[in-house]
Amino acid sequence: MPTALKPRVATTSLCGCFGCHMSILDLDERILKLAELVEFDRSPINDYKEFQGRCAIGLIEGGCCNEENVHVLEDFRRHCDVLVALGDCAISGGIPAMRNHLPVGETLEHAYVKAPGVWNPGGIIPNDPALPLLLNRVYPCHEVVKIDYFLPGCPPSADAIWDTVVALLTSQPLTLAYERLKYD
Amino acid sequence: MTENPTTLGTPGNGNGRTRMLTINPVTRIEGHGKVTILMDERNEVTAARLHIIEFRGFERFILGRPYWELPVIVQRLCGICPVSHHLAAAKAMDRIVGGEQLTPTAEKIRRLMHFGQIFQSHALHFFHLASPDLLFGTDGTATSAFGAPAAQRNVLGVAAKYPELAVQGVMMRKFGQEVIQATAGKKIHGTGAIPGGVNKNLSLTERDALLQDVPQMLTWARSAVQIARDFTLEHLVELLPFGSFDSHHFSIVRPEDGALELYDGVLRAVDRDGHHLVNGVDCQRYLEVVGEEVRAWSYMKFPFLRSLGPEKGWYRVGPLARLNTCAFIPTPEAEAARQEFLGLTHGKPNNITLCYHWARMIELLHAIEGIRDLLADPDLQGTDLVAQGPRREEAVGVVEAPRGTLFHHYRVNRHDEVTLCNLIVSTTHNNEPMNRAVTKVARDHFTGKTEITEGLLNHIEVAIRAYDPCLSCATHAMGRMALRVEVVDPQGNVLSARQSE
Ligand code: SF4
Repeated sequence: MPTALKPRVATTSLCGCFGCHMSILDLDERILKLAELVEFDRSPINDYKEFQGRCAIGLIEGGCCNEENVHVLEDFRRHCDVLVALGDCAISGGIPAMRNHLPVGETLEHAYVKAPGVWNPGGIIPNDPALPLLLNRVYPCHEVVKIDYFLPGCPPSADAIWDTVVALLTSQPLTLAYERLKYD
Repeated sequence: MTENPTTLGTPGNGNGRTRMLTINPVTRIEGHGKVTILMDERNEVTAARLHIIEFRGFERFILGRPYWELPVIVQRLCGICPVSHHLAAAKAMDRIVGGEQLTPTAEKIRRLMHFGQIFQSHALHFFHLASPDLLFGTDGTATSAFGAPAAQRNVLGVAAKYPELAVQGVMMRKFGQEVIQATAGKKIHGTGAIPGGVNKNLSLTERDALLQDVPQMLTWARSAVQIARDFTLEHLVELLPFGSFDSHHFSIVRPEDGALELYDGVLRAVDRDGHHLVNGVDCQRYLEVVGEEVRAWSYMKFPFLRSLGPEKGWYRVGPLARLNTCAFIPTPEAEAARQEFLGLTHGKPNNITLCYHWARMIELLHAIEGIRDLLADPDLQGTDLVAQGPRREEAVGVVEAPRGTLFHHYRVNRHDEVTLCNLIVSTTHNNEPMNRAVTKVARDHFTGKTEITEGLLNHIEVAIRAYDPCLSCATHAMGRMALRVEVVDPQGNVLSARQSE
C-alpha cells in the first residue's frame, strides 16, 4: 500500500531494449533493500501503468522513436522531480538511432515487403490506427524534455545505478568511481 | 521540446500513401501491447487481436556495417535475452569466416553462456513475472488467482508474502547472470562470442566461484519444478481449457537422436499428435520451411510452415514446444521430470497453454544440470579459441532462445559489409498462438458481456504471459505489459475500454 513518507521511484522503457531495466534487476538482493527505502511507482516490473503519486526520481531507458514514447516521457517530466536518462539509448538514441539516416518508409518497406521469406501478396505495411506513429528519427530524451542527470553505459552497471539512486535519495553529490563510468 | 519532431505515418497499403502529422501533447494510452476485441450484435466475440506496436528497423539500418560488429550490435534488440542474439549472430558469422567447426573450448564456453542465459531467463519469468499469478490463489482456484489485487501482483508482493521464494528467484537469476559474466565478460550485452570462436576461456578461479553455488542452484531448481508441477496438477480442471488449443510445435533438436538441444541442431516440427511435419532439416534451409505473413494491424509478422500454408501452418515455439518435439532430454533429472510431464497427456504432445510454466521449469533444471556437467570439463580452460576457414557470403545462425527458435540470416560482401539481414525472433513464432489464446479466453469469458472487470482483464494477460513473450524483441515491455482492452461493436464504436490498472 502506498505510504506517504517514502520517496517514490518510477521507471519506464521507451525505445530501449530493456537491458537497462535488466541492469536494475541486477541489483539482485539490493532490489529488496531498495524496496524498503522507496516506494515503486509506475514501472514495467509491477502492475502500475499510471502514476500513483508525485515521484522523487524517474529513471528513463531508451530514446523516443514513436509518438507514444514522447507522451510517456512528457508524463514522466510532469510527475517526477528528477529525471535520469539511464543508458546510451536515453542519452543519445543509441543503436535504434542508427535508423536516423534513413527514411522511415524505407525501413518499413524493407522489413515487411522486401525481407526474405515474407508472404505479403497485398504489399501491406502495418498501418492500423492501433499502432502509434513512428517519429521521423529517434530522439534522445533531452531533446524532448529537460533531463537532470545522464548515466552512461549500455547498460549502466547495477553498481552505477545503485550509487546514483542512493546519492539522489540522500541528497549527496553524485561521484561515480572511475570503473563505474563505462560507455559500453 | 527543443525541436518539434514531425511524425511520419506508416506508408499506406503499398501504394506509397503516407499519413503525416505533428505531435501535440495528446493524451494517449500508455501501452506496448494492445488487445482489441470485436463483438457482434449478439455480443459474441468475432475477433480478438494482440497488437504489437513497436518497430525499430534493425534489418535495414544494419546494412553496410562490418560483419564483426553483428554479434555485439544485434543483441541490442533485446536486453532480456541478449545472449541468444549474441550467439545466433556469432554462429552465422562463424560460417562467414569459415570457422563453424569451433574449437572444443569455444563451443563449450558458448554452450555454458547459453545455459546461463536459459537459467536466468527462466528464473526471471517464473519468479519475478509469472509467480504472482500462480501464488495468490488464496481460495484455491487458479482462475480466481488471476484476479488478485494489482498492487500485490509483482515480485515485491511475492517477497512480502513468500520471502524465501522471492529470494530464491533473485539468487537464481543472479547465478545465471554470473555464468554469463564469466563467459561473455559482461552480464548484459557481453562480447565473448566472436566470428569463429570466443575471446576468452574460463579461468579456474571463475570456474570455482561458479561451482560453489551449483549444489544450491540444483536444489532450488528441483523445488521450482515441484512448484510448477503441483500448481498445474492442483488446478488442472481450470487450466485445461484456459487459452488452450491443439497446435503444431516447432524447435531445433539434436541431429543424431532428436534430443532436446538449445545451442545447435536441425529443424523439427510435429503436429498435435506428435507426427513429424518437418524433420532433420538443416537450418541453412529455414526459408524453405518457414514463411512470414504480414498483417496490417501488428508490427510483428506471423510465421507459418510453408508446407501447410499461412492458414494452417502456424505453430508454437518455446519450452512447451521443445518438450513436445524432442525425443528426450539428455540430462537425467530433467528427463525424469519430462517423463512425468508427458504422463499427463499420455505421451502425446501437451497442448495445455498454461503448461508452459511447468515445461519452463523442467528446462531450468536441465540448464543447471548442463552447467554442472560443463564446469567439470577441462576444455573450458583450453587456449585454442578461434577457428577460421574459407570465406562464405551467406549464412544462417540458429539457437533455441529461452522463448523459442531464433533465426539470424545474413549476407556479407567481399568488403566485409553486411548486405542482407533477416531475423525471426522467438516471440514472433508465437504471434498466432498468442492471438488464439487471447481469442479463446475472450470467447470463453467475455461472450455476452459489455462490461469488463479488472479480473477478467488479467485473464487475458495470464494467457499471453504463459508464452513469456519477450516483448523487447518485438516491443519493449516486459512480461507485465500495459494492456488496454477495447470492446468494439460492428460499427467500430468502442463499447467499453479498460486499461490494466
Ligand atoms: S542503453 Fe543499451 S542496454 Fe540500455 S536500452 Fe539501450 S541498448 Fe539496451
